[in-house]
Amino acid sequence: MTTPKPAMHTTHIKKDSSQIVINTITYILVTIFCVLCITPFWMIIASSFSTEDAIRRTGFTLWPSAFSTYSYELLFRSPDQMIGAYVVTIALAAIGTLIGLFIISMTGYALQRKDFPYRNGIMFYIYFTSLFSAGLVPFYLLMVQTLNLRDSYFAILLPLLMSPWLIVLMKNFVKDIPHEITESGKIDGAGDFRIFYALILPNLKPALATIGLFLALSYWNEWYYSSLFLTSKVEYRPLQYHLYNVINKVASLKNSVAGSNVVITDLPGETLKMATAVVATGPIILLYPFVQKYFVAGLTVGAVKG
Amino acid sequence: MYCLQKTVTPPQKKYVKPSLGRTLGQNKALILMCLPAILFFFVFSYLPMPGAYIAFTNFQYNKGIFASPFVGLKNFEFLFISGQLGLLLRNTILYNIAFIVLGNVVQLAFAILLNEVGSKIYKKTAQSIMFLPYFISDVLVSLLVYNLINYDYGFISNLVRSLGGTMPKVYQDANAWPFIIVLVNLWKSTGYGTVVYFAAITGMDSSMMEAAQIDGANAWQRIRFITLPTLKPTVVILFLFAIGGILKGNFGLFYNLVGNNSMLFKTTDIIETYVYRSMMNSFNFSQSSAVGLFQSVVGFFIVLGANAFVKHLDPDYALF
Repeated sequence: MTTPKPAMHTTHIKKDSSQIVINTITYILVTIFCVLCITPFWMIIASSFSTEDAIRRTGFTLWPSAFSTYSYELLFRSPDQMIGAYVVTIALAAIGTLIGLFIISMTGYALQRKDFPYRNGIMFYIYFTSLFSAGLVPFYLLMVQTLNLRDSYFAILLPLLMSPWLIVLMKNFVKDIPHEITESGKIDGAGDFRIFYALILPNLKPALATIGLFLALSYWNEWYYSSLFLTSKVEYRPLQYHLYNVINKVASLKNSVAGSNVVITDLPGETLKMATAVVATGPIILLYPFVQKYFVAGLTVGAVKG
Repeated sequence: MYCLQKTVTPPQKKYVKPSLGRTLGQNKALILMCLPAILFFFVFSYLPMPGAYIAFTNFQYNKGIFASPFVGLKNFEFLFISGQLGLLLRNTILYNIAFIVLGNVVQLAFAILLNEVGSKIYKKTAQSIMFLPYFISDVLVSLLVYNLINYDYGFISNLVRSLGGTMPKVYQDANAWPFIIVLVNLWKSTGYGTVVYFAAITGMDSSMMEAAQIDGANAWQRIRFITLPTLKPTVVILFLFAIGGILKGNFGLFYNLVGNNSMLFKTTDIIETYVYRSMMNSFNFSQSSAVGLFQSVVGFFIVLGANAFVKHLDPDYALF
């Protein structure tokens, strides 16, 4: 069954004037909003290529009045911190996404099996955690005092592995796979693990892409758990937390180019912040056009059926 | 013979509920599949729950939660009497109301307008671009805002000055922040919400639209009498769930925009930021956890209420 095209766009009906008015309003409003969505990013890039002096004189502008790559040169002259941050972030994102996907898809499948008597109970057990929590303090003390995870990358890796929302989303994706596939596997004598691994997983590719991207993004943008659990003893912080420190702490700004032999007072503070932002966020923005359709797909599934 | 076979069926065995051990055994594999997740939520969500007891103690770090002296409701009393809790509740709730109302109106309007446009490429491109702000971290958002409204170098500050106006020092002016935060939130969440509503619109049955078109309804009438009424249940339900979360704040957004700038707290401090700061900066674990527990418990009942209301309207959409 194909959904019929929205009728208002079929050619045989003449466009009335109200349609033209609406289209004009839409093009104007939506286009303005889209420009507003992009401009701030552009401004960061433009500022990062400006001289510090020009910013002191004219402020941040849409086009650098004096072009310079000095801030990038400084960053790359002592790239230790940035490379470290990249390695930590990529490692966390890769490991976390893989483990998270594995657990979420298994759980989502089992909870979707109609012949699994405990599915409602387990689902409630998981869902309840999003309705009620002990709050930040007991969680913090558990992590620091009981599990002893201060200054450990596990304190970032573990809490981001899964969420009730992602499990529900996966469940909704699994719902689309006909139950007959599981049945046929059973008739052939396959165990539940084998059914999941050999028959279900290959059909879950779009779901794995979408949920994998949600996971990867949460690791990539992570700064919260880092700020809770990583003290200054940790040399390499995840990218966004590194950026957070460069923006908010003068000491970190200086540290980020330590070893480049620049007198502190000559440090191009503003442009350096912008350049750090570009280097820390650039890859994800470049990747965005290629992956955004999976996010939209995830939202659609989550919204319509959730 | 044929007849016999049909009628003389063996006496129906009375259904006996299989023993627990047997059901567990039969579902061994499926239970194992859920085990990692069960363990995860046990450790990170259920294990901290008894620790909420800390809100009733005068917490001493070296003694741990359960050996710290019990003080009853003292922490809560202090928060009520000092007016701290009232301020936090006011800020959190007012921001959420602004986010919910303004956000939904704009998202709904954009989704409806976009649906009216013929060009598929425009629809897709617009959605992709609008979704971009949702994609980036709050850390970067704070830098974008700083870039625009910072008093000395900000783009908008300079624009205002070059037009002959005077730019207030926004990072010292608490009254400016409700507007800034609401606008930034709108900027960040509009794309997300538009995509959700747009999906709901494209999922609509288009036969009514066609009928209306043939009957000569113009575009405004179609929106007014078909699109909006069809979307009403979705809007009402999303709205109710949003109300359910009215005590929950977006920590990342507020903390990155405001940080530890105490000049702005009067209008920007929400429950989450207070809890975080009083724990991480002032090490006041007891009061911090009291606010957190208050939020959890009251918030829980609000969600229950919102869910009951949704269930009353349409049981299919209820959470449980």
